Amino acid sequence: MGKKNKDLLYNVLFYGGNVIIALIFVSPLLWMIAASLKPEAQIFSDMSSLKTFWPTSASLANYIEVFTRVNMFKYIINSLLYVFVIVVFDMIINSLCGYALAKFDFPGKELLLTVIISLMVLPMEAIMLPLYIEVANLGWVNTWAGLIVPFVGKCFSVYMFRQFFIDIPNDLLEAAAIDGCGPVKTFFTIVMPISGTVYATIFILDFVAHWNDFMWPMLAVTGEEMRTIQLAIQTFFGSKPIHYGAIMASLTISAIPMLIMFVFLQKYYVAGIASTGIKG
Amino acid sequence: MKKAVVKKYHEKRAALLFVLPAVILLFAFLILPAFSTIRYAFTDYNILRPDDITFCGIQNFVDLFQDKDFKKSLLNTIYFTIIVVPFQCALALALALLISPRKKGVSIFRAAYFSPNVTSMVVVAILWSVLYNPNPSTGLLNAFLTKLGFPACGFLTDPKTAMNSIIFMSAWQAAGYQMMIFLAGLQGIPGDQYEAASIDGANKFQQFRYITIPGLKNVIKYVVMITMIQAMKLFTQPYVMTQGGPQNSTRTLVYYIYEQGFQSRNFGYACSVATVFFIIVITMSLMLKRVIKAD
Repeated sequence: MGKKNKDLLYNVLFYGGNVIIALIFVSPLLWMIAASLKPEAQIFSDMSSLKTFWPTSASLANYIEVFTRVNMFKYIINSLLYVFVIVVFDMIINSLCGYALAKFDFPGKELLLTVIISLMVLPMEAIMLPLYIEVANLGWVNTWAGLIVPFVGKCFSVYMFRQFFIDIPNDLLEAAAIDGCGPVKTFFTIVMPISGTVYATIFILDFVAHWNDFMWPMLAVTGEEMRTIQLAIQTFFGSKPIHYGAIMASLTISAIPMLIMFVFLQKYYVAGIASTGIKG
Repeated sequence: MKKAVVKKYHEKRAALLFVLPAVILLFAFLILPAFSTIRYAFTDYNILRPDDITFCGIQNFVDLFQDKDFKKSLLNTIYFTIIVVPFQCALALALALLISPRKKGVSIFRAAYFSPNVTSMVVVAILWSVLYNPNPSTGLLNAFLTKLGFPACGFLTDPKTAMNSIIFMSAWQAAGYQMMIFLAGLQGIPGDQYEAASIDGANKFQQFRYITIPGLKNVIKYVVMITMIQAMKLFTQPYVMTQGGPQNSTRTLVYYIYEQGFQSRNFGYACSVATVFFIIVITMSLMLKRVIKAD
């Protein structure tokens, strides 16, 4: 009886405590969503009561304002295009390199691996000036190439792929070779299909990171035509008339896809972070 | 024998084919610009005069150490790092402890604590600019402060509180990431250690002090180092929220690089700031590597 009561008390504390703390923790995001659904006057009149976190008379008027005042639809498509192209090329090019480092024998292999691991610490912020000049010299400012190509090669991805591929049994690869599979065919038909976990991890880590990218798009995109969602909401925030409701709607539009994606692919995301944390 | 030689040849050719795309990209867009940063740091490169670049030795670095704005941005970055790192790591550890029991529904709380982290910094910075509004009738935080009887706070508009406001928001946004790493670390501590301790009569605090902390020692070192490196790169928050103000109180190193390079067009000078930044971050990363290697 005593133990049972103790367990019950523990459960009440555990769930009760977590619910309260989690609600406080996400309250800014709840406010953002609630405000995005409210008429402007109500956002201010609710401000000093708890009603501020709940859309009492929900309407989509703010969302309509966002989509009519600026071409938000196009910016979402731009972001999706930018992110998908980067992620797909990242997954192909870096996994090829990671595979060679894991399974092939070639001169300079150890050196290449060392260089790639060392380059992981290179901060993008320190190289952005010459990178911009380089992209400008290629005539790539305000082009998709300029936005995408510099960020396809990624040391971190190469390293993650290499760590995963190294555990694939050699017998499997030799069996494929005996069956007459060349290295390219082996990679695409045998290795890739059994490596779903590592591809999923890279996919989700990269997708979220690039959807949220700000600094490089801000430098590389000068016109309105190729604006990504992050640039768009930043511009929207600075343009008059400033309506809180509409701003919150634009933020929600940017945040919701990542939150949904995270909920579905949480397992891989967590695995990705945990593996970087433990392996360094 | 001949077959083995042929196989070796094929393997080398395949290896070249496999590594080449990544190697070319990394060389062109990572290694080359990194060297260029250092090279330009010793020139008077100005974007408006791209054909007239002269080598000027260490002049940029001499100027740098007499530049009040540079000193201020370096100090601001250090201040941000020193305050945000312990705050954010403690918050992350507390959250990890909250959800470490393996119970039903824990993943919902984990997702809640992590949700600011999948939200972009631009979204978070704009949202908090609104929350931090100094007017109690339009700013949520001041509305609550005044309702509870406190005076309204200037937050981002007051040079005394602007950086602290950015610190608080940044820790809130990023702590979920470190929480995940702590969580993986906590799950690596064998459960029987706690059982043995509780049989010996150790209370929860003693268990935390003598089992959890020592068990997490390596993870804590790692998390502190990566948070420091991340903190040094502070840019988006001041860019969106304060443009470095008020009174330069939130101008950081990376913001100064951006300002000098892209607004004032002093490219060579900006590269010398970038080089200093570069050296700081690389030094920290090497320390991190040593910390990991030591264990």
